[in-house]
Amino acid sequence: MSWSPLQRVGFAALLAVIVLIAVFPFYYAIVSSFQAGSELFEVSYLAAPDLSNYAAVFTEQPFGRNILNSVVVAFVVVAVSLGLGVTAAFALARVHFRGRGLLLVTILSVSMFPQVAVLSGMFELIRSLGLYNSLAGLILANMLLTLPFTVWVLTTFMRELPKELEDAAYMDGATPLQVIRYVFLPLLGPAMAATGLLAFIVAWNEFLFALTFTLSNEMRTVPVAIALITGASTYELPWGNIMAASVIVTVPLIALVLVFQRRIVAGLTAGAVKG
Amino acid sequence: MSGIRLQGIRKRFGRVETIHGIDLEIGDGEFVVFVGPSGCGKSTLLRLIAGLDAVSEGVLEIGGRVVNDVAPAARGVAMVFQSYALYPHMTVFENMAFGLKLAKAEKGAVEAKVRQAARVLELEPLLDRKPAQLSGGQRQRVAIGRAITRDPGVFLFDEPLSNLDAGLRGQMRTEIARLHDRLGATMVYVTHDQTEAMTLADRIVVLRDGRVEQVGTPLELYHRPANRFVAGFIGSPPMNFLSAAALELEAGGVAEIGVRPEDLAPADDGRFEGAVTLVEELGEAHLLHVETAAGTVIAKLAGAAAHQRGDRVALSAPEKRLHAFDADGRSLALRGR
Repeated sequence: MSWSPLQRVGFAALLAVIVLIAVFPFYYAIVSSFQAGSELFEVSYLAAPDLSNYAAVFTEQPFGRNILNSVVVAFVVVAVSLGLGVTAAFALARVHFRGRGLLLVTILSVSMFPQVAVLSGMFELIRSLGLYNSLAGLILANMLLTLPFTVWVLTTFMRELPKELEDAAYMDGATPLQVIRYVFLPLLGPAMAATGLLAFIVAWNEFLFALTFTLSNEMRTVPVAIALITGASTYELPWGNIMAASVIVTVPLIALVLVFQRRIVAGLTAGAVKG
Repeated sequence: MSGIRLQGIRKRFGRVETIHGIDLEIGDGEFVVFVGPSGCGKSTLLRLIAGLDAVSEGVLEIGGRVVNDVAPAARGVAMVFQSYALYPHMTVFENMAFGLKLAKAEKGAVEAKVRQAARVLELEPLLDRKPAQLSGGQRQRVAIGRAITRDPGVFLFDEPLSNLDAGLRGQMRTEIARLHDRLGATMVYVTHDQTEAMTLADRIVVLRDGRVEQVGTPLELYHRPANRFVAGFIGSPPMNFLSAAALELEAGGVAEIGVRPEDLAPADDGRFEGAVTLVEELGEAHLLHVETAAGTVIAKLAGAAAHQRGDRVALSAPEKRLHAFDADGRSLALRGR
């Protein structure tokens, strides 16, 4: 099928509009982050790079510490989610046991509860474990959000791997853990990258748990820290600082997605066509 | 010393029993082929010997040692799978070295073993390739190489040639036969292809519905089938089965008479008489389908066909080449005439 010039132009215009709508809010955040005080109240689409807001973000609160917290929480959540996810997926996809279907459905239904519904129960749990106002508590809470889909996606991928591959490894003398380590993990690479990245984004952006389960500034993660940025007076909301902080924490995500883009696409389509 | 002994082996999946008590002895260095229609349990039986599935009941011995609860790798067996099951992310070398690596073999020894196996199978130029870059026949050789490097006493083959095209299949068949001569290891080979069974086997085990129908050398099975099922399964085109009553051979409880297509020849006073309904030319031979009073008979005759559709023809077979079966399909000695 070939397109007439008119169709091409129309398609290009459509793409341009979609890109504009998708990118504009982020662009405007960047522009705003370069502006100070009253400039913000005039609509402008261009601004000279002025990094004073960025400096202010770090001097007016322990924002560096907040970023470090977010990094620690997100990475640990990803690592533990993938570790538990792969081993759970192996059991769910490869081992026959009673109640397997029920377990899978339960895992799925856990992910359907709204966060607010489990908030108070989770709070009690974290308190009784002595994890209140600690990163460990946040990591535990975030696992509630990341584990269900990690397990599900990896289970689906694991099912696609041929059974004879596993049998061959057993014949070669591998233990179940060695089968996972040497045979399944390398083949699941794209799926791991995709789910790991999704888990990272979830943990990085998580707000409600981070707000509820932390008390001091030093334990907050970035989304909460940004929300709680205050100005000089009660009546001033320092948009410049907020935008600067938002840009700072969004850049790593964009970088990650760009780096893993190819692997994610490979992961999402792997197994669709045999080859 | 790697004979295999099965005593009263049963396998149940949940409540369904698929292997119903099999007794079998496979000698050290013997090449035994399991054949049977799909679903007869031949692959299940192989997986039981391999240790990939657990035996539900009975005793399984390999090399004089009971191995019911021994892990696959510790049984001294290696298996070649139908789909090759090569590790896609490893090179040929890594595929063949994987088992040794897991067994924590010394690096130099691994290298030597893999090189030697590669030499035997002519895989040396391919050691650095990934399985995706190999042809079907090469992949199958790597799968065999992976089995060889572990020096097993027993090789298990699960329909190893069924994914190859016809030409390669014949070639790989001779390679496997040569390998057996060279290694002298016990080999158990599962197939549904009776040509592979006939050409490779020292002894053939015919299975049906999880039971052994007959065990014997290829020629024993061909000439003296124990029952109608084995008679029909071995040989191509299959044996003709005809009503004993219509042939007036029912003395002694004979229900059916079997005669192989290749044992038939035209004869003026032949007892199988009728009209030709179909002629199939094969080049070196031809098949005549003849509609007789006792049922349809297929005859395999040498050379090009001398008959046409519609011709009347009489065929006969030597008396000692006729097989007799009772109403339950068991073989009988043919008495009277």
